[in-house]
Amino acid sequence: MSEGNVISIKSLTKKYGDFAAVDSLSLQVGKGKIFGLLGHNGAGKSTTMRMLMSLIKPTEGKIEIFGSDPVRDHKIVYSKIGSIIERPDFYSWLSGLKNLELLAGLSQRKISRQKINETIDLVGLTGREKDLVSKYSHGMKQRLGLAQAVLHDPDLIILDEPTTGLDPQGIIDFRNLMIYFSKEQGKTILLSSHLLSEVEIIADDLCIIDKGKNIVQGSVKSLLSNESLVSQFKVDNIGLAKELLMDPKYQFTPFGESEFEILVSDIDIPPIIKLLVDRGVNIYEIVSKRKLEDFFLKMTTQG
Amino acid sequence: MNRLIKAELIKIATKPRSYIGFIAVAAIVLLIEFAMYADGKEYLSFITQALEQTFIIEGDFLNGNLVCFIILQTLIIQMPLMVALVTGDLISGEMANGTIRLLVTRPFSRNQILTAKIIAGSIYTFLLLLWLGIFALVFGLLIFGDGDLTVIKSDALVIIQSGDTLWRFLLAFGVAFISLTVVSSFSLLLSCLTDNSIGPIITTMAVIILFTIIGTLQVPVFENIKMFLFTTHMIVWRNLFDNPLDLELMYTSLGIMVLYIIGFTAASYIIFNKKDILN
Repeated sequence: MSEGNVISIKSLTKKYGDFAAVDSLSLQVGKGKIFGLLGHNGAGKSTTMRMLMSLIKPTEGKIEIFGSDPVRDHKIVYSKIGSIIERPDFYSWLSGLKNLELLAGLSQRKISRQKINETIDLVGLTGREKDLVSKYSHGMKQRLGLAQAVLHDPDLIILDEPTTGLDPQGIIDFRNLMIYFSKEQGKTILLSSHLLSEVEIIADDLCIIDKGKNIVQGSVKSLLSNESLVSQFKVDNIGLAKELLMDPKYQFTPFGESEFEILVSDIDIPPIIKLLVDRGVNIYEIVSKRKLEDFFLKMTTQG
Repeated sequence: MNRLIKAELIKIATKPRSYIGFIAVAAIVLLIEFAMYADGKEYLSFITQALEQTFIIEGDFLNGNLVCFIILQTLIIQMPLMVALVTGDLISGEMANGTIRLLVTRPFSRNQILTAKIIAGSIYTFLLLLWLGIFALVFGLLIFGDGDLTVIKSDALVIIQSGDTLWRFLLAFGVAFISLTVVSSFSLLLSCLTDNSIGPIITTMAVIILFTIIGTLQVPVFENIKMFLFTTHMIVWRNLFDNPLDLELMYTSLGIMVLYIIGFTAASYIIFNKKDILN
């Protein structure tokens, strides 16, 4: 394992009969990073995460977590990991609080009642912690799932589709929590998600897998730096702006009476602003964003 | 390991299903004791009708020891069901609910998880038997009083002095514990094989009923296999109320039951360790 990698996977394969759910997958997750694992349904994300958590056994390949073999050093490795794999399931006849107390008792370190209460508060379940889990909505179970994953203060958090079933506020809360855990507490986070916009916002690095294979891996910044930006402009003369940006490469798309959208690369933006301003087009607002969705689709449909 | 066992016991203790066995035992035993209290003498005189043609019977058969013996005979089918209700659910219930992931992703090996479940299941079995003992023997003696135990068999009449019964009952409960451990280890093995919560419980009962029928049928083709059916040996506790004791038969049956427990448990460890958790 290279220096600074929390997770190192080499040539990992999981076969069911002749079907390879994961096919010679290799990837590394750096310490303190938020790492997004992306792929279509059935691409092999959950299978990879299950192998990381020893829920299923690899057919071939090698996994190292914190530089150790998680099968051989099970106790040491998994005492430092918190996870939600697939959906958060709990003992439905117990309250959320009792579930957390039960799981706290299985931690290698002593977890106080105060710590449990703080975690409940952190994930936004205060006031509902004494309700039976059977009465929880899916979103509340997701919050409880996150609580049990971070309760023992792990160094690595592995989350499989953690935002599934969360409402918009829940997604924002989740995003803020991930950034807090990563940037404030230095935890490493590996997450898979279908919400590419969320991954784009919070992830430092990502890996796209398709049919069990690693298609591309790298930092979000570097992977998307060569991709076109979608830039939205708000101007006072959209007609003149259209004339100036009529080159088809910009894919000029007007909307409303004063706004338009163009596709540009990073380096094209300053000259475009200069061009518009020099020709008398006043610019009131520019919003630029890279589109991970486009990049994802491009990568997964190639070949 | 202690923390795992504690967690398993908390789960069993907080699950409503766990109390079905205790409620059922209490209800059945109290029902039998009430029936014996109300009509016990008539019931016994009906049973001893044939004997009275040959012997002159004096005194009162009905006492706490006899009631306890009758209850133990009656509960031979029900107790395995009550045990399987809990032990058959230990792995498959967690698989069906998805909570197995919560356990397997903790810093415990699968061997430790299974061992904790086996210990917790054994404690449950022991407590259920203790409960039966309190209701059958203690309440029996309190309600009907002490006395000689008369065991009526098809070919013999065994009378055991009242001072000679307690150790026999205690050993009978011990043997019953081993018998029920065979059932719990069998249902645990089935529990490791499936992700369905009810399947192992129903299958355990189906196998016990099937084996019991085979053991009861006096058909030559089954005679050679009866020896290898664990249900044949589960009723060996009755031999503790023979005079003299057939120790060789007792040891053989206990040995076969222990072998079954070891076999079922070893298979459970192998299967659980190899099992992919997909749900």
